[in-house]
Amino acid sequence: MNFEFPALPYAYDALEPHIDRMTMEIHHTKHHRAYFDKFTAAIQGTDLESKSLTDIFAEISKAPAAVRNNGGGFYNHNLFWEILSPSGGGEPIGKLAEAINAEFGSFEAFKTKFNDAAANRFGSGWAWLSVKADKSLCVCSSANQDNPLMDVHDCPGTPILGLDVWEHAYYLKYQNRRPDYIGAFWNLVNWNKVSENYEKTLK
Amino acid sequence: MKKQLFLVMFLVGLLSLPFCLTAQQAVKSKTKTDAKPVPAVLSTASEVSAVAGFAGKGEDWLIPSANLIFPDLPYAYDALEPVIDRQTVEIHYDKHHRGYFNNFKKAIAGTDLETKSVYSIFADIDKVSTAVRNNAGGFYNHVLYWSNLSPDGGGKPTGELLEVITRSFGSYETFVQKFNEAAKTRFGSGWAWLSVDPASKELFISSTANQDNPLMSTEEKQGFPLLGMDVWEHAYYLKYQNKRADYVESFWNKVNWQDVQSRYAEYFKIAARIK
Repeated sequence: MNFEFPALPYAYDALEPHIDRMTMEIHHTKHHRAYFDKFTAAIQGTDLESKSLTDIFAEISKAPAAVRNNGGGFYNHNLFWEILSPSGGGEPIGKLAEAINAEFGSFEAFKTKFNDAAANRFGSGWAWLSVKADKSLCVCSSANQDNPLMDVHDCPGTPILGLDVWEHAYYLKYQNRRPDYIGAFWNLVNWNKVSENYEKTLK
Repeated sequence: MKKQLFLVMFLVGLLSLPFCLTAQQAVKSKTKTDAKPVPAVLSTASEVSAVAGFAGKGEDWLIPSANLIFPDLPYAYDALEPVIDRQTVEIHYDKHHRGYFNNFKKAIAGTDLETKSVYSIFADIDKVSTAVRNNAGGFYNHVLYWSNLSPDGGGKPTGELLEVITRSFGSYETFVQKFNEAAKTRFGSGWAWLSVDPASKELFISSTANQDNPLMSTEEKQGFPLLGMDVWEHAYYLKYQNKRADYVESFWNKVNWQDVQSRYAEYFKIAARIK
């Protein structure tokens, strides 16, 4: 088994005041941890153990719900912690900025589209910025712990930025005010990491 | 010294009395003004009286959707402590539930759904917009939820309800165990339900995603809900965080079995009109 539960790349209180310490601690040590533990338990002794997450997601429609939900929950949170940073915020530059302008017209127009995807996802889920097979960008959302790498997804691609809109991601601080959480998220986005994710998909 | 201290405390108490009264009155008058907006479409006298007494009982939902109102919470925000904390009840009722009600009214405004009951909307839910589905469900489900709970709840069902539970599941304990399992294993946001199967008249347990419910035509197993447990994280996260299982198990201490029993009895009276 070559899967490891990652340490959080910063302290639990590092994203204050936008995401509070208690939320980060429970989110990482309880929710994310449980997805990891249940995922590894679900694939133990099966041929999925030797596959990569990307390969598992490409045929997720054939896997049991435990693999889909927990594999998704494990991967999605790995990405989420990486694209956040205490020194995040601002705007992307370079190739990613060009691609965003080419696809959405402007960074502001992209943000509006992403905010809508995140606010309108009913119930638990994620909003995504993904790179499609033709290398163009696309904004979409998915239910629960699904993601654009899964063959069940209606907007397939490789996610380079993800926003968790499960209530557990924001309820302690924002309660019913999901739009306030979405607004605060932009102050934390690690655009260097998102650019790196983007450029990896071009190779 | 002791005497002086007593006198000071007495005076402080006396002074704060009017403030307490004002605060209570403010709460009362706020409830009064929020409570009953004038309904838009009323055609018969029985509909008018149904609206005036709307408490989300089975029969109350037979009226045209345009006439539905947002019912008062049947107890104080802190009445379900310590099982469900005051802040959770307040936000859940006043923000989430009210939001579903307002958005439902907005989604049906000016459409022929205004003349239909929620039962008939649910029976054809696959033909309506997502906004109607999510918000009609959210409105109805939460009315049931508040009514299913009571500060004096808990214990076990009795009489006819206990009989049908025992007949359907073997025992009350098995029923609770199966219901808890449905509530704990619903992935993401959703509900666990106890419903009447219209064919066999026995009870069954199911869970639904998001704000769907067993009355909806999209459900594999359809029925008439008697008891609903909200397992969206907003129902328990402030107090229980990731420990959904603790919320699920505590919930039983506040279940209003009289309400569940009355819904069961009522089902047989209105079954033919739930279309």
